[in-house]
Amino acid sequence: MDSTSNPTSGQPGTITIRILRQDGPGQQSYWETHRVPYEREMNVVSVLQKIAAQAQTIDGRSVAPVAWECNCLEEVCGSCTMLINGRVRQACTALVDRLLEDRPEGIELAPMTKFPVVRDLVVDRSRMFRTLQKIRAWLPVDGYYDMGRGPLVSREEQEIGYPLSMCMTCGCCVDACPQYNKIDVARRTGETEEEYQARRNAEFDRCFMGAFAVSQVVLFNTHPTGRHTGTERLEALIAEGGIQNCGNAQNCVAVCPKEIPLTTSIGLAGRAATVHSLKRWFDR
Amino acid sequence: MAKKRVMVVGGGLAGLAAAMRLAEMGIDVDLMSLGPVKRSHSVCAQGGINSCNDLTRQAGDSEWKHFDDTVYGGDFLQHQPPVKEMADWGPKIIHLMDRLGVPFNRTQEGYLDRRRFGGTLYKRTAFSGATTGQQLLYVLDEQVRRWETEGHIRKFESWDFLGPVLDEQGVCRGVVGQDLLSMEIRAFPADAVAIASGGCGLIFGKSTNSMACTGSAVSRAFQAGAKYGNPEFIQVHPTAIPAADKLRLMSESARGEGGRVWVPRQPQDHRDPRTIPESERYYFLEERYPKYGNLVPRDIATREIFDICVNEGLSVEKDRQCVYLDLTHIDADELTRKLGGILDIYEKFQGVDPRTIPMKIFPAVHYSMGGLWVDYERTAAGGLQPGSPKNQVTNIPRLYAIGECDYQYHGANRLGANSLLSCIFSGLFAAPGIQTLFENEKGKAAAELPAALFDGAQRKHQQADEQLQRRSGGGENPYLLHQQLGEVMTKAATVVRRNDQLREALATVNELHERAKRCSLSDTGHWTNQNVVFVRALLDMFPVAKSILLGALQRDECRGAHFKPEFEPAHLTAAEPAERRQQAEKWCDDFEANNRKWLKSTIATWNPGSQQPDLTYEDVDTSVIPPRPRLYGLAGADEIEQVWNERAAAKQQAKA
Repeated sequence: MDSTSNPTSGQPGTITIRILRQDGPGQQSYWETHRVPYEREMNVVSVLQKIAAQAQTIDGRSVAPVAWECNCLEEVCGSCTMLINGRVRQACTALVDRLLEDRPEGIELAPMTKFPVVRDLVVDRSRMFRTLQKIRAWLPVDGYYDMGRGPLVSREEQEIGYPLSMCMTCGCCVDACPQYNKIDVARRTGETEEEYQARRNAEFDRCFMGAFAVSQVVLFNTHPTGRHTGTERLEALIAEGGIQNCGNAQNCVAVCPKEIPLTTSIGLAGRAATVHSLKRWFDR
Repeated sequence: MAKKRVMVVGGGLAGLAAAMRLAEMGIDVDLMSLGPVKRSHSVCAQGGINSCNDLTRQAGDSEWKHFDDTVYGGDFLQHQPPVKEMADWGPKIIHLMDRLGVPFNRTQEGYLDRRRFGGTLYKRTAFSGATTGQQLLYVLDEQVRRWETEGHIRKFESWDFLGPVLDEQGVCRGVVGQDLLSMEIRAFPADAVAIASGGCGLIFGKSTNSMACTGSAVSRAFQAGAKYGNPEFIQVHPTAIPAADKLRLMSESARGEGGRVWVPRQPQDHRDPRTIPESERYYFLEERYPKYGNLVPRDIATREIFDICVNEGLSVEKDRQCVYLDLTHIDADELTRKLGGILDIYEKFQGVDPRTIPMKIFPAVHYSMGGLWVDYERTAAGGLQPGSPKNQVTNIPRLYAIGECDYQYHGANRLGANSLLSCIFSGLFAAPGIQTLFENEKGKAAAELPAALFDGAQRKHQQADEQLQRRSGGGENPYLLHQQLGEVMTKAATVVRRNDQLREALATVNELHERAKRCSLSDTGHWTNQNVVFVRALLDMFPVAKSILLGALQRDECRGAHFKPEFEPAHLTAAEPAERRQQAEKWCDDFEANNRKWLKSTIATWNPGSQQPDLTYEDVDTSVIPPRPRLYGLAGADEIEQVWNERAAAKQQAKA
């Protein structure tokens, strides 16, 4: 199909966009409607850019520009993740013509549901980065001096690792996961930044890590160097908030924009975790 | 005594490489970035990273030849010692990245696979599918997270760098930043600051750059007194996907893996490209450059594509300029394995599978060879002195610059797959210099300096912020001004440059700058105010934009990416050998005369009074490899080369 014209009404002159806004953390959210001129080959990012430039609602009311995050605009940084017509995805690859094909009346944008809203479509995803700390998602190399090349890796192994390594920590998998619940830890008065971080991290660590983290454990535990510290990651995997929380809904793999085989990772990690738990039990 | 610490501004490859190396050496680091570092623009780098390797070595390659290709490709405008050192470090850096877990593509036996990139005849480029930048960034992000977990690195993500803190002697003692959520402005004492904020593509409106690449951090250092080198050297990448919001990169690796660029010989041929017979296709790069074919250096490929569309009227489409980049003759599975990432991007945005239908592409602004001026310490052998505190330092003591935002490595034109190398190299190499700086001094740490220094700097930025917030409504719209700036810059200062257009553009940009000072805010709130951040970034685009234009206006020659048809060296036209020889002699005389005048770096200094850059020129250290004419595809190249070699040999003999 020719992607430059909208099949529903030829080329509509304008596009209507409903946005779920929120002025700040803990505040009431509200819907607001905007209208922008239609152009060929638009995506949701260019729609949001136009909304920022005009800063006016459909009924001509001047409003603060809608806040949202973006950076690379080619679906490789993960910044612009949001709910578009109810589905979690990146705004840059959400092409307006396709969206209008599915829903001619307009586009609906909302912030991700499992992370605290900072403002409008901006959410705080620091919990995911904390989880990467918890599972020790790095290779424990000796140092950064030149020590010659790394271990040989077969083409087959590379082709398993590379897709897992495409994860941009965007949060689609966890936003769609029924087992992953929103945690909003507000800072207490009188609490220092460090105290607050520590309390928040402890809260994060208790709750489900999500599919992306399980997949990262598989990535590092299958790498020849990562295997050396594989036990540490398996411990994190079976600790509170670990893989046992997975309810096997398989939403994660359906929404992953990079088509990472998340459920395969969960299967592999689950078996490794079981073996590890049994071994630990026998070693007692 | 308080422990000394370093502030790194920017969390792309250079910033992360510096941070992890400093942490390893026991120096604590603060890392400030506009967003989570894992989302930095380095993720957009696609094709790969260059180094001489075991395979190319057996075909006659060496670190020296990588160095030579880099300075020749850059038209000799870069100081040679840093480039030589970088080429020497190439193999070691790729080893390190391999050990850190980058999933590089592999050969049957499990070694790193390599491909060829532009401006070289060797397969030097290691790659991870077509998302090499993303994969390199991720392993550095992981290592930084490791040090963060151990408490040696503190991250300040979603913070905007507002400027360096300078003491009365003009020494950098820290930075002022703004939290982009709470909008709090705060001063950070630091014993050294490394700017690693990347390029400035957004000055051109649409480019291959990410939205964070406004150049604002560099501009703020520039306005605080840091010198800016070679502003006019902007790389326009030959192959990008035209679109409304961004010109998405289509990696050079598409050509490295055998992609061919062509247009139908008949203008705007309406036939399905797959049905156009070979004889009716014009493979113009292959015909015009038989030696390098589709892999000529970027500046040349860009000019040829531009020429085919603009001057010869052979654009594939009538109302939009583009040429075919054709991969359809290559096995689809192999394409997926080696180029999957970029083919997916094309497919997602264009709705067409490039494995079966030729892509449509056109050049786009891509990389800034210019950037903050930095120093280095040369060794007798012509490389860099490891651990010298002079390496990568700007003219402001204790203020360093690394990565795309320094001017040091790529001269007048960057070769493909050299940027990932220069970013990681400059980051890793700067760290031991900073360590030496700290070890050789007895003075107080920045954290122990009088609080008034930091309070004053913080207050100054707070006042500026309040002033911005207080602006009355109804003024200029910053988003529209940005669009206009982009249009002016793209028209006057990209592929082809003419002095009348540059003069006109400078006048327009001066006017836009004045208008931008009257921008009104559509958001005056004190929570996650993206409007303030954008207006400030826009204002800071102008000093760099003016430097680009003025640098281009004053440089009356052709060098690398800077092309002025008025000053283009002539091709040889004579058919008769003696006359042709004479023309070649004259060509070489002119070349030498031009080099005496223009083989110099442009150095811009910001003049706050006139609100204009002042330009001076600095000699280039070409002591390791003598400059020679860049003759890709020139008519008469063989004769010129012969004359040139005879002269070089005579000079050599005279020396002996």
